[in-house]
Amino acid sequence: MGAGHAHRLYRHGHSSVHALPPHTKLAAVFAFVVVVVSTPREAMWAFAVYAGLLALVAYAARVPAGFLLKRLLIEVPFVAFAVLLPFVAEGERVDVLGLSLSVNGLWGAWNVLAKGTLGVAASVLLASTTELRELLLGLQRLRLPPLLVQIASFMVRYGDVITDEMRRMRIARESRGFEARGMRHWGVLAKSAGALFIRSYERGERVHLAMVSRGYAGSMPVIDESTASRAQWSYALALPSAALVVCLLGWTL
Amino acid sequence: MSAAVGLVAAGAVAVSLRGARRELDERTAPLAGLVAAFIFAVQMLNFPVAAGTSGHLLGGALAAILVGPYTGVLCVSVVLLMQAVLFADGGLTALGVNITDMAIVTTVVAYALFRGLVKVLPRTRRSVTAASFVAALVSVPASAVVFTLLYAIGGTTDVSIGKVATAMVGVHVLIGIGEAVITALTVGAVVAVRPDLVYGARGLQRKLRLRVNGELVDAPDSPGAPEPVPAAARSHRKVWISGLAASLVLAGFVSFYASANPDGLEKVATDQGMDEKAEEHAISDSPLADYGVKDVDDARLSGGLAGVIGVGVTVVAGTGVFWAVRRRRSEDTDDATSPSGTSV
Repeated sequence: MGAGHAHRLYRHGHSSVHALPPHTKLAAVFAFVVVVVSTPREAMWAFAVYAGLLALVAYAARVPAGFLLKRLLIEVPFVAFAVLLPFVAEGERVDVLGLSLSVNGLWGAWNVLAKGTLGVAASVLLASTTELRELLLGLQRLRLPPLLVQIASFMVRYGDVITDEMRRMRIARESRGFEARGMRHWGVLAKSAGALFIRSYERGERVHLAMVSRGYAGSMPVIDESTASRAQWSYALALPSAALVVCLLGWTL
Repeated sequence: MSAAVGLVAAGAVAVSLRGARRELDERTAPLAGLVAAFIFAVQMLNFPVAAGTSGHLLGGALAAILVGPYTGVLCVSVVLLMQAVLFADGGLTALGVNITDMAIVTTVVAYALFRGLVKVLPRTRRSVTAASFVAALVSVPASAVVFTLLYAIGGTTDVSIGKVATAMVGVHVLIGIGEAVITALTVGAVVAVRPDLVYGARGLQRKLRLRVNGELVDAPDSPGAPEPVPAAARSHRKVWISGLAASLVLAGFVSFYASANPDGLEKVATDQGMDEKAEEHAISDSPLADYGVKDVDDARLSGGLAGVIGVGVTVVAGTGVFWAVRRRRSEDTDDATSPSGTSV
């Protein structure tokens, strides 16, 4: 919590995308991802159009391209797998630049790359235009059980605290000359994990007592009820509907 | 298909919400939230395997044993949910599948096994550690099996499922060994300090006290502090040996299988690589690529193709490390650990 009240994925702004109610944005992103995934991979142009649509959203949200691209790096470890596909997959082969590549593998790699990148980009946009707390409220508005949302909000709220605790333990280990180099050091690390569990659990008990002493009886009070007007819904759903048109064209063409 | 699994997942989460409320009543939200934060954090704790490679905990079995099955399912589900929503929405479409096999299957299998073993084994701390080892070891391949099943139902190609399963389970047993060692050590550490916090050891605690009252001979011995330490050390050695044996047998079997039947497996690989439609969520899912839940996802991707590659690489790497460590062990004879649990 020392790091301010916004998650580092969030990018503060006042654009029209920022102003949308969170649940409309969640629904829009979910629908968009479903549409993208169900597009045939042969319709290469469709994915270009999807990317264009996302670029439009990013422009409307005033999220700079550099920021978006940097966040997309999260995908890299998974791309590595896709790069392997053309070399290993069987079937018809083509020669590209002197390398014999599998056609099927190339399609598979393209499929993974295109859809994965679009999905990640959409979620990066969502996370950078919506505050965490709002996201949770949005999930609640989308009929997620309140208890689950409470658990999730506690996790988000204390995630940094617990991670920090872990970091302090690591510093403590290292300042005593310990360096985990191999499996023989697992015992020490596992003891740290055990200690971390005990600390987390005990912190949970303290949090509960603090809540009870402030009148908590099993449900959180809803302070800011967010509702969405029809205009807001239609604005948010413009993205998936445009994508749906593209997808249908992709199937028919 | 993924919608149907999503319904299953939603149902299971609903059941565990109710169950957790029974376990913890209105303490559910803060406690489960904090435990979820713990799982989230502990997944970032890297356990170095050998030069360069490292594994980390997946946490399903650990959560089940430490806080009980219902709360465990909830915590892991929430972690998955937050990862899917925050870090890659591609995961949203596969969230049902993810929750079903990573949260529900691992936790339930682990907990059922753990309870059974704890009931059978003598009521000591050591047997809690041993039971959590076995539970974690089985839970990971079990989730691989379920994933294969889901894939078999949902996949469009009629791939020979047996072969996919072999590859999947092969990789996951290797991962499972690492998971099992870490889980057992962690549970052992918690049991040593706060046995009352370990949900799976609650019965144990009461029994121990009774025995102390009944037999005066045991009384000074069992509550003594030094007991857990030799327990940890002993299970260490045994764990290594059994893990090594299992991985060697398995590696031998799988590689034999692969070499005996290259066409079949590679066909599976191609087909699987081909209709990535189902799997590619798992990729874009990449919850925390920084922190890496990539063990699972990698292994998942490895549905077929990477299964073959993965097993091959793991076997080669494992054997290499094994030789290296063996050579070193002959020099310093103390507890050089075998490289069996390479959860790469």
